Amino acid sequence: MKNTKKKNAPSMRKRITNLLVHLALAILAFIWLLPIIWIVLTSFRAEKGSYVNSFFPKSYTLNNYIKLFTDRTVLNFPRMFTNTLIIAIFACLISTFFVVSVAYSLSRMRFKMRKPYMNMAMILGLFPGFMSMIAQYYLLKTMGLTEGGMIRIALIIAYSACAGMGFQIAKGYLDTIPKSIDEAAIMDGATQWQVFTRIIMPLSKPIIIYTTLTSFIAPWVDFIFANVLCGANSKQFTVAIGLWNMLQKEYIHQWYTAFAAGAVVISIPIAIIFLLMQKYYVEGVSGAVKG
Amino acid sequence: MKDKNISVINAIKFGDIWTKLSMLVMGSGLFMHKQKIKGVLVFLCEIAFIFYMATLGIGRLALFGTLGTHEQQEVWNEAKGVYEYVQGDNSQLILLYCIVTMFVIAALIVLWILQLRHSYKLEKQLEEGKKVPTFIEDIKNLFNGNLHITLMALPILGILVFNVVPLTYMISMAFTTYSKEGNHLVLFDWDGLTQFIKVLSLKGSIGKQFSSVLKWTIIWAIFATFLNYILGMILALVINRKETKGKAFWRFCFILSIAVPQFVSLMIMRTMLQPQGAINVVLQNAGLIAEPLPFWTNATWAKITIIIINLWIGIPYTMLQVTGILQNIPAELYEAAKMDGAGPVTIFFKITLPYMLFVTTPYLIASFVGNINNFNVIYLLSGGGPTYVGDSAGQTDLLVTWLYKLTINQQYYNIGAVIGILTFAILSVITLVTYRNSKSYKNEEAFM
Repeated sequence: MKNTKKKNAPSMRKRITNLLVHLALAILAFIWLLPIIWIVLTSFRAEKGSYVNSFFPKSYTLNNYIKLFTDRTVLNFPRMFTNTLIIAIFACLISTFFVVSVAYSLSRMRFKMRKPYMNMAMILGLFPGFMSMIAQYYLLKTMGLTEGGMIRIALIIAYSACAGMGFQIAKGYLDTIPKSIDEAAIMDGATQWQVFTRIIMPLSKPIIIYTTLTSFIAPWVDFIFANVLCGANSKQFTVAIGLWNMLQKEYIHQWYTAFAAGAVVISIPIAIIFLLMQKYYVEGVSGAVKG
Repeated sequence: MKDKNISVINAIKFGDIWTKLSMLVMGSGLFMHKQKIKGVLVFLCEIAFIFYMATLGIGRLALFGTLGTHEQQEVWNEAKGVYEYVQGDNSQLILLYCIVTMFVIAALIVLWILQLRHSYKLEKQLEEGKKVPTFIEDIKNLFNGNLHITLMALPILGILVFNVVPLTYMISMAFTTYSKEGNHLVLFDWDGLTQFIKVLSLKGSIGKQFSSVLKWTIIWAIFATFLNYILGMILALVINRKETKGKAFWRFCFILSIAVPQFVSLMIMRTMLQPQGAINVVLQNAGLIAEPLPFWTNATWAKITIIIINLWIGIPYTMLQVTGILQNIPAELYEAAKMDGAGPVTIFFKITLPYMLFVTTPYLIASFVGNINNFNVIYLLSGGGPTYVGDSAGQTDLLVTWLYKLTINQQYYNIGAVIGILTFAILSVITLVTYRNSKSYKNEEAFM
């Protein structure tokens, strides 16, 4: 009897720690999911206004989603959506091209300005983003890009022009592709251009997809730059500014639940993209850590 | 160009007549040394430059000293019998144009050096009887040995125009009187280091605000970086335990919170924690508190709330990033520690943490820099508030959010620029000291 007890005692303790660990994880997971549950519930809530006295809605409705996509009077969500979509498509094409080009050059080719360029990008990255943002605004203004429909072009430029500084993750990935592959191709008479387009590009499909999607997401979630460039031009609003405005004093009572609906609508695709992309994100980061 | 003899000085000293002529007529050396098309192109650049300088550039640069002197004036028009406005000088535009012109001049100087050196190189090649590459061959080479030039030209142009030029412009603003103060919004002047002294003297109102904002920025960055790092690592370890069931499920729960766009989750948090927000309502209904908790209205509460919410955002990120690295820790280390009877806490602080700190220094620096420049969390949560009357900086403002308020909302552009420069200075010191000594920086060097 004594022997079995002795054998059971540690496993008993183990079982208790195990139980506690799982309990702690469950509580933490609940805390982490709470705001998400709350916003989803709010998006189906029938009562208006932001201040309610119960966590769960009293009655449920789909009207918030309908309002979001049909009410074009004050905050025109469908138009914001198309604005953002157009900006995002162009911005992501340009930035992907920039990022991949720079990453390839820095990873595969050796030239005099390589190290200075990398140091320069690091130093420029230390400046607070807004410092250049305000001056960029004036620059775009002198180019006449801050009026009416031109704001879209200004935003596309703003989101993609400096993409060449964000090469680290893509370069980290390209560094993991063995150099012997390109050396062999060059021995066989391939030009660098052919190595780039026919060999490295197909091999780095994951990182290209990753870059495309992250730069596609940026205009949807950026609020600050869009706010500075759009100002009061409500016709050019992007989704992020629209959602932000829905929470301002004048609109919050009417629009709070619609805001929740908008947040859900925007978050679902972005969340899916992120969940699919997390592998590359992790690889990129650990690649950067390894150097 | 790898040849050391091919330099500008040698080109000027020993070049033939055509190379020497290129000092004045750019491209002439290239043209006479069998690279006609290139020579013509370079010459056209020079013509365009001269044209620009003659028509606009010189006029613009002339105003650099004063940044404009004419105020907008009302002039009585006799014929029409009305007051007419005469456009005054706009210092802001003058400064911007001056900087653009200087960059154009710099570009021409670079081109001047390159063409001179190239002309000398061609001359040498011809002397040695070597074949000079034709224009077509040069173009072909842009897709082979010089592919990096083709690929990086546009990205670098983008960075120059939309990052370097704007930054120079903002930096130069720090030395002017461009501010709401004294009504210098249209017409301003050079002001030397006055604004720097104002901010750094720590005596005046601005100086006091600067020191309090700086203190909070550093406290925030330390907490945000290291708490997230350690707690995220513990979470990753707990999920990765052999005995933990449903690893993928737990990971999914936490990752879901970062998959939601940050500005959405931050705005949700902000409304949930309002005096009449969901959290206070639930707590009040449960009878746990009588008064709403002052999450955003009390400075200390606001600071703690921000740090805790940032944990909500940051822990899953750390978990995601360190999971892979944690598995690389040699298992023998753990075995040995267990043999010696070390408990999980000792193992964490004696083995896991030191190992991770060693491997992930660059990541830690990057996230420290990111936190000092973390605009979103502060701006979308507390907006920098609560703010004391008469201050431009709130109690939870970071240097960056203060910079934003100073420029966008309050139009103290010069002080804003000073704050930006100081932020940069602080960050560069931190990064240079740690980064250059880090393992991965040296590795990169070895990798070359």
